[in-house]
Amino acid sequence: MRKLDIILKELSERKSQLVTSFIAITLGITVIVGIKTVTFYSEKAVSSELDNLGANVLVLPKSATVSDYYSADFSNAEIPEAYVDTITASGLQGVDNLSPKLSIPVTMNNRKFILTGILPKNEFKSKPAWQISGDIFSRPMGCGAVNVRGVKAGDDSSLDKAAVRKEVISDLGVHETLVGFDAARLLSLKQGSAFDIKGTTFTVRRVLPQTGTVDDARIFAHLHTVQELYGKGSVLSAIEVVGCCKEISKGLITGLNNLMPDARVVTISQITSTQQRTNALMSQFSLIFLVIIVLVGAVSIANYMFANVQERRKEIGTFIAIGMSPRQVLSIFYGKAVILGIVGGVVGYGLGTVLAIWLGPHLAHIPVLPMPALLGWALIISVAITILATAIPAKNAAGLDPATTLMEG
Amino acid sequence: MAIIATESLVKHYGRGKKEVSGLGGVDLVVEQGEYLALVGPSGSGKTTLLLSLGGLIRPTTGRVRIDGTSIYELRLAERIELRRSKIGFLFQTFNLVPYLTALENTQVPLMIAGKKREEQETVAHAMLERVGLANRVHHKPSELSIGQQQRVALARTLANNPSIILADEPTGNLDPATADGVAEMLRELNGEGITIVMVTHDPRMAARASRVMELVDGRIAA
Repeated sequence: MRKLDIILKELSERKSQLVTSFIAITLGITVIVGIKTVTFYSEKAVSSELDNLGANVLVLPKSATVSDYYSADFSNAEIPEAYVDTITASGLQGVDNLSPKLSIPVTMNNRKFILTGILPKNEFKSKPAWQISGDIFSRPMGCGAVNVRGVKAGDDSSLDKAAVRKEVISDLGVHETLVGFDAARLLSLKQGSAFDIKGTTFTVRRVLPQTGTVDDARIFAHLHTVQELYGKGSVLSAIEVVGCCKEISKGLITGLNNLMPDARVVTISQITSTQQRTNALMSQFSLIFLVIIVLVGAVSIANYMFANVQERRKEIGTFIAIGMSPRQVLSIFYGKAVILGIVGGVVGYGLGTVLAIWLGPHLAHIPVLPMPALLGWALIISVAITILATAIPAKNAAGLDPATTLMEG
Repeated sequence: MAIIATESLVKHYGRGKKEVSGLGGVDLVVEQGEYLALVGPSGSGKTTLLLSLGGLIRPTTGRVRIDGTSIYELRLAERIELRRSKIGFLFQTFNLVPYLTALENTQVPLMIAGKKREEQETVAHAMLERVGLANRVHHKPSELSIGQQQRVALARTLANNPSIILADEPTGNLDPATADGVAEMLRELNGEGITIVMVTHDPRMAARASRVMELVDGRIAA
């Protein structure tokens, strides 16, 4: 026989007394695991959606506003193209994609459009200075990366709305254009059409699908062609950055601001703040539940252990009389606490995971999968609570005066 | 040779005006192999003396020597080890662990002493056989008669092969026939050289001892 046998036999003999504290600890862990699992997948889903929205950080000229950006009215406010080098060479964490742009209002057929110079992806790859930062287009894991069904990031072979929003174009000839849906309709352009801007003939490589944004009125051409056409030199109207959502909250904006003190770095604050608020809310919920669970679980376990010590006074007194040391008495109670914690943690993890898988699609409209990593945390929290709650009752048991308990009859 | 000796053993309970005297200066010598019966009225200090001899009640003043060692001058761990190796307790209410079988109850002192499982089982089986319970090893106390429970308690007492048995009213809860059986077993054990100090109210049990000592108000009266 081992001390473990004594613990297990005592537990199995007095199951009914254990029920309340076992339920308390198990329910606590269930709630924590459930919330953590749903929160994790919820954050992932939000990140994915944000990723789909495209650029969420804008680097603008100091005097420009976000409205100017959307209306492409920069009134000659410009930033140097060298800022692209600055960003790519900085090694800043969280820059998922970036897209330098020069937007110039143009009038064609008496209608106003926006000629936007963009830099295709192959330009980044061909420029040694931009390669040192690694592949700026390689998308970090767990950073809101999303696989758009049927479209690889940066692959313009099947441009759809998501790909347009990402605004990553693999390659674009110096006189090729991508024409927004409205612009093509109003100018009667289709794939392969040719048209002139300031005496230079461009061909339409593709008409973009309707997006319902200002992009529908844009004509995208190669950045350097647009710069040359308008004698602008190496300048930009804006650099659109797809920032990793988590990194945005962790200081990407500050990092960019420090890099380019002469530019304005703004986020699509509404989006990022929603993300931050959701994350913060979930974290607070988890924390509140954790505190409640620690308190309720610990009080319940402590209560049970106190009662158990009281009930076993004579038994403990006898054990001590026949040679058990206080340390051995402590180990019996702590062993019991560890077993209770392990079982509560495992069962709580199982129930919490099942609950999350069931509730995720109903409440958050997201698919939820088990998170094995949470099992470790569930066990640590559960065992820590039971050990903490057992400390004083176990100390009392080890300090029992055997003579007193034996003389109690 | 004295296996147990006390020197002016005094024990007071409580403090100040509420102080109660448990032992009022007991000088006692028990020779090895002796069978001593402690008798006296309730509250005379018999159990206090017995538990003091077992290292469970630290006296207010005075000494308890076991095999010449003053046990309350030992460190706690040493006193526990001495109790574990030399002393066996037998209680009036048996003090068996209710959720353990007869075999497991008998194994407890061996487990505490760090014996391996196989040795525990072998010794426990032998002890239970000795007390006539070979066919009840897997029964829990609630499935045993009162007499059988006391015999399991005796098997547990013997498991660590003690040289001293301290018995507190071992037959107090037993009917006369069963009490006689336990008394006979104690007699046998004493015959094998085990020193026995027994607290009893039962004159018939006291009569089986080699010496009877009466305690009155914490002092030896006779």
